[in-house]
Amino acid sequence: MNRPETDPHFEYLLRLGDSSLILGQRLAEWCGKAPILEEELALMNIGLDLIGQARLLLSHAGQVEGRGRDEDRLAFFRDVQEWRNLLLVEQENGDFAKTMARQFLFDTFQGLQYRELAASADSTLAEIAVKSLKEAEYHQRHSRNWMLRMGDGTEESHTRLQKALDELWGYVPELFEMDEVDQAMIAAGIGIDTNALRAEWDSRVREVLSEATLTVPDVGWAVSGSRKGQHTEHLGYLLAEMQFLPRAYPDARW
Amino acid sequence: MAEETATAAVLVRKEPDREVLEEAFQVKVDAETRIEPKDWMPDAYRKNLIRQMSQHAHSEVVGMLPEGNWLTRAPSLKRKAILMAKIQDEGGHGLYLYSAAETLGITRDQMYDQLLDGSAKYSSIFNYPTLNWADIGAIGWLVDGAAITNQIALCRCSYGPYARAMVKICKEESFHQRQGYDIMMVMAEGTAEQRRMAQDALNRWWWPALMMFGPHDAESAHTSQSMKWKIKRSSNDELRQKFIDATVPQAEYLGLTIPDDQLAWNAAEGKYDWGEIDWDEFRNVVNGNGLCNRERLETRRKAHEGGQWVREAALAYAEKRQQRAASAPEKKEI
Ligand SMILES: [Fe+2]
Ligand SMILES: [Fe+2]
Repeated sequence: MNRPETDPHFEYLLRLGDSSLILGQRLAEWCGKAPILEEELALMNIGLDLIGQARLLLSHAGQVEGRGRDEDRLAFFRDVQEWRNLLLVEQENGDFAKTMARQFLFDTFQGLQYRELAASADSTLAEIAVKSLKEAEYHQRHSRNWMLRMGDGTEESHTRLQKALDELWGYVPELFEMDEVDQAMIAAGIGIDTNALRAEWDSRVREVLSEATLTVPDVGWAVSGSRKGQHTEHLGYLLAEMQFLPRAYPDARW
Repeated sequence: MAEETATAAVLVRKEPDREVLEEAFQVKVDAETRIEPKDWMPDAYRKNLIRQMSQHAHSEVVGMLPEGNWLTRAPSLKRKAILMAKIQDEGGHGLYLYSAAETLGITRDQMYDQLLDGSAKYSSIFNYPTLNWADIGAIGWLVDGAAITNQIALCRCSYGPYARAMVKICKEESFHQRQGYDIMMVMAEGTAEQRRMAQDALNRWWWPALMMFGPHDAESAHTSQSMKWKIKRSSNDELRQKFIDATVPQAEYLGLTIPDDQLAWNAAEGKYDWGEIDWDEFRNVVNGNGLCNRERLETRRKAHEGGQWVREAALAYAEKRQQRAASAPEKKEI
């Protein structure tokens, strides 16, 4: 069965934008629930950055696609299998340890990704990357600090964080997967070789885990599939909530 | 007995001092000199301010919840981003007000415990539910609008840290009010369903917004002393009228109907006449019988209790770091 032809450039931007949006949406779920007010504001702030990135990336994707879909059309009128976000970011928030572990793994990746994308031949994407890199670095400092605090904090926090890492580790390999879309984008000078970032990501993450007295998980499982629209079941519920209003009143402008 | 006599003697000696101090304090207040944290102030003034400022801070923090209720369901990415920023602002206001109140000799933890155990109040408006997206517009427009009306007056409050906090906060609140009005405008100009939502939101938020100004002056327990101390600069009724006069034309511009059949322009007095607040409802909600009183406190309690281990971890880590820092230079010296 062949998938319908899609423009790899559009597809590539969608992947980037979708991951930012879904993680931003996850962070929005923390409103009213964070362990301390300062942290609630930090989570809102980081979520706001991610949604800002998503807006730029999805708008650009819509323009590249050229079928009149804007950021909201793409955000609110696609079903699960049309989403291209990484499986890691759609995982449920869990406790604060799980949210921060997910954040740290992703922030570290996203920082490297934006650093490389700053040289993209797609000048709009390059601009977005430059702007977002600063944000990603700030997010990474924040999540890294929490890895240290929780990993090297109390016995309970250490146990929770280690468990969170173990639960998330199998979603990591997908971050570095490459397919024909990536290859086409590398050839066009637009995209980057994420595989080449793996070693740097590994060393950064390992350094923090070791300082935080945490063990690099050895879980023996790994899943992927988001690029083909194969997601975990969590994404459907997230979308049902996020998309409810525009879907219930499709003629309305907000 | 001897002890009691000694204490009495001290009190007698101190009595004239306090009168002198209180008089000097009132002279300062009357002369519009700001009272600062290290200045002498009557105990009752301090208590009154702690009550008012902590209640204000709690309102900001609890006020994040009804809006947070729509954060994950905002109908466009732009609206989601704006709402997220607004909620963040409100939390920032809370932090800012807690630290301003701390200058009066109470800690944020103490204040927060009072919120969680129900002994401190927060604005009762946040015990109403947000049922449709227009509620987010109505909150910005009416609730932030009413808050600004109150807070502009508070910018001239006699207590320096409170007054300065209000100046900073007012700027952001007026931004929120415009954004809320913009949501209402788009919905009022939108589909029939959107207009229905906008009208429904106005119907539900109008009276509670008027209640935000508190009881009528004649029934307000704190008004006269607060006015004398210039903690309050305008009375509840004056501020409420000001808000109504400013807001009615805005509703008309939206083509929405304010749910008050006695509302009418009084040309002779240059103000709107209006009906009467249902004070039974007001008391009922203040006393815990609003639709969301329990949820609001329970949400904050759960977050606080559920986050205990996180705060402990942060503390433990900070202590470990301190110990390491303290022992590290010694090792170097050896
Ligand atoms: Fe506020
Ligand atoms: Fe506000």
